[in-house]
Amino acid sequence: MSTATRSLPRTIGAHAILLTYTAIALFPVILVIMNSFKSRAGIFGAPLTPPTPGTFDLIGYATVIGQGDFIHYFQNSLVVTVASLFFVLLFGAMAAFALSEYRFRGNSLMGLYLALGIMIPIRLGTVAILQLMVASGLVNTLTALILVYTAQGLPLAVFILSEFMKQVSDDLKNAGRIDGLSEYTIFFRLVLPLVRPSMATVAVFTMIPIWNDLWFPLILAPSEETKTVTLGAQLFLGQFVTNWNAILAALSLAIMPVLILYVIFSRQLIRGITSGAVK
Amino acid sequence: MAAAPKRPFRWHISVFLAPALLVYTAIMILPLAGTLQLSLFRNINQSQVFVGLENFRMLFGDPNWSVNFWNALRNNVWFFVIHMLVQNPIGVLLAALLSSPRLRFSAFYRTAIFVPTILSFVIVGFAWKLILSPLWGVAPHMMDLVGLKSLFTPWLGKAQYALTALSLISVWQFVGIPMMLIYAALLSIPEEVIEAAECDGITGMAQFWKIKLPLILPSIGIISILTFVGNFNAFDLIYTAQGALAGPNYSTDILGTFLYRAFFGFQLQVGDPNMGAAIATMMFLIILGGVCVYLFLVQTRLRRYQF
Repeated sequence: MSTATRSLPRTIGAHAILLTYTAIALFPVILVIMNSFKSRAGIFGAPLTPPTPGTFDLIGYATVIGQGDFIHYFQNSLVVTVASLFFVLLFGAMAAFALSEYRFRGNSLMGLYLALGIMIPIRLGTVAILQLMVASGLVNTLTALILVYTAQGLPLAVFILSEFMKQVSDDLKNAGRIDGLSEYTIFFRLVLPLVRPSMATVAVFTMIPIWNDLWFPLILAPSEETKTVTLGAQLFLGQFVTNWNAILAALSLAIMPVLILYVIFSRQLIRGITSGAVK
Repeated sequence: MAAAPKRPFRWHISVFLAPALLVYTAIMILPLAGTLQLSLFRNINQSQVFVGLENFRMLFGDPNWSVNFWNALRNNVWFFVIHMLVQNPIGVLLAALLSSPRLRFSAFYRTAIFVPTILSFVIVGFAWKLILSPLWGVAPHMMDLVGLKSLFTPWLGKAQYALTALSLISVWQFVGIPMMLIYAALLSIPEEVIEAAECDGITGMAQFWKIKLPLILPSIGIISILTFVGNFNAFDLIYTAQGALAGPNYSTDILGTFLYRAFFGFQLQVGDPNMGAAIATMMFLIILGGVCVYLFLVQTRLRRYQF
């Protein structure tokens, strides 16, 4: 009885605080998307109301699609993200398997060496990375970005994946060995399918910073053909400072794919974090 | 088929390790070392000449550089302090509320509060710039609703407020990370511990302070070091919202933007890779220092509870 009367106000309080913070978190996003569908008069006249038939206008989207080469930027971002993700997962899983499966001299030293990159950001090596890319003629290519993001994503991927690979049963692998499977077959046929859920977690963690990065596209690949959508949006927004319709539409176009992906994968992502994958 | 004979060199280990090691070493470790090395050289008459710590002496002592450097460092420390004082307590509070048993809609709250974290700085910076802009009037209008209109000023345009405003925007974006990690830590506290506390009459707030908080201290340590590394490496948000000059009047300049300007040049100044490398080296030492403090002082003193 006493606990019931005490916990009701507490529950209401908890919901009130959480709802308030949810509103703070979502308000800017909703505001931008809502206003991107309005005419200029609607944006300035009543910014806080959803678009009505009177203020509905797609002029912003028309400007963005007419002016910016956004489809092309999207393709670039997609190529860079997917390719980097592929290499991070493949190389990361291979290295994680070697570190967690075999005992050899220098094993823990190797693990430590790879873990260094979790804490030290790759950005600090930018000066020499640019020199390297200039020397190898990779400036303004997507290859440069893919290489950098692969190196950036590997340390965390190796770290998380080796934690999971330790949990794969030894009996299974040894059964495979008795049946005459090679170590490569054991890795690709037995182990990889079993750690697929943790691969998905690593994929989500690797993907977000790559898609959102501004620094390396700005420095390594600023040319028109290789712009990513983040850099393209940044330049576009800088050019159209006074065209609010276009800015809001561009922002919405940049938000929506990420948001849709997030809604699809949020369960995976949150389960990944809360299962203690990142320690 | 390279059928491995008994116990000689096990080639498959190298094959598994090689690609990751190669890419990681070539693109990350060697450039990092190269940058550190470059900071000891200077370009004189088209050739790199070893000058020892001369670049650092210039960075700390020559007014052309040192004024900006100390300013950026000071701003960066403030940026970090705001994150620690605002982002992490809010994260802990939200996580504590979310983890209370039988809370409805907690999956919805979790998902929604994490949304800003997945957006890029470009979107976040611009969206807030629009919202805080006096031209659009969303912020003054909303403050008017609660009777605080007189407090509104264009925060991002005033030197004394801009850095704090940007720090808070960054807090808004990243509060999801401490929330999630603390939430995970709170969920991993076993039932028996909580039940034992309840039997002893420790409930509610007292239970949080006396039982749960000590148990999640290791997670708070991890969050602090993640925040530290992220903050001293930040660049995108300032660049998007205020440009490379980190205006107004360098008041939002942090080490990342300073590095960018030194490396690439801006307006009349020509870019200087060696000074850029010197600044990157300083950032490296600061981050390394923070990580060492964490590993050797904080982590070893925090007791890890094994359940």
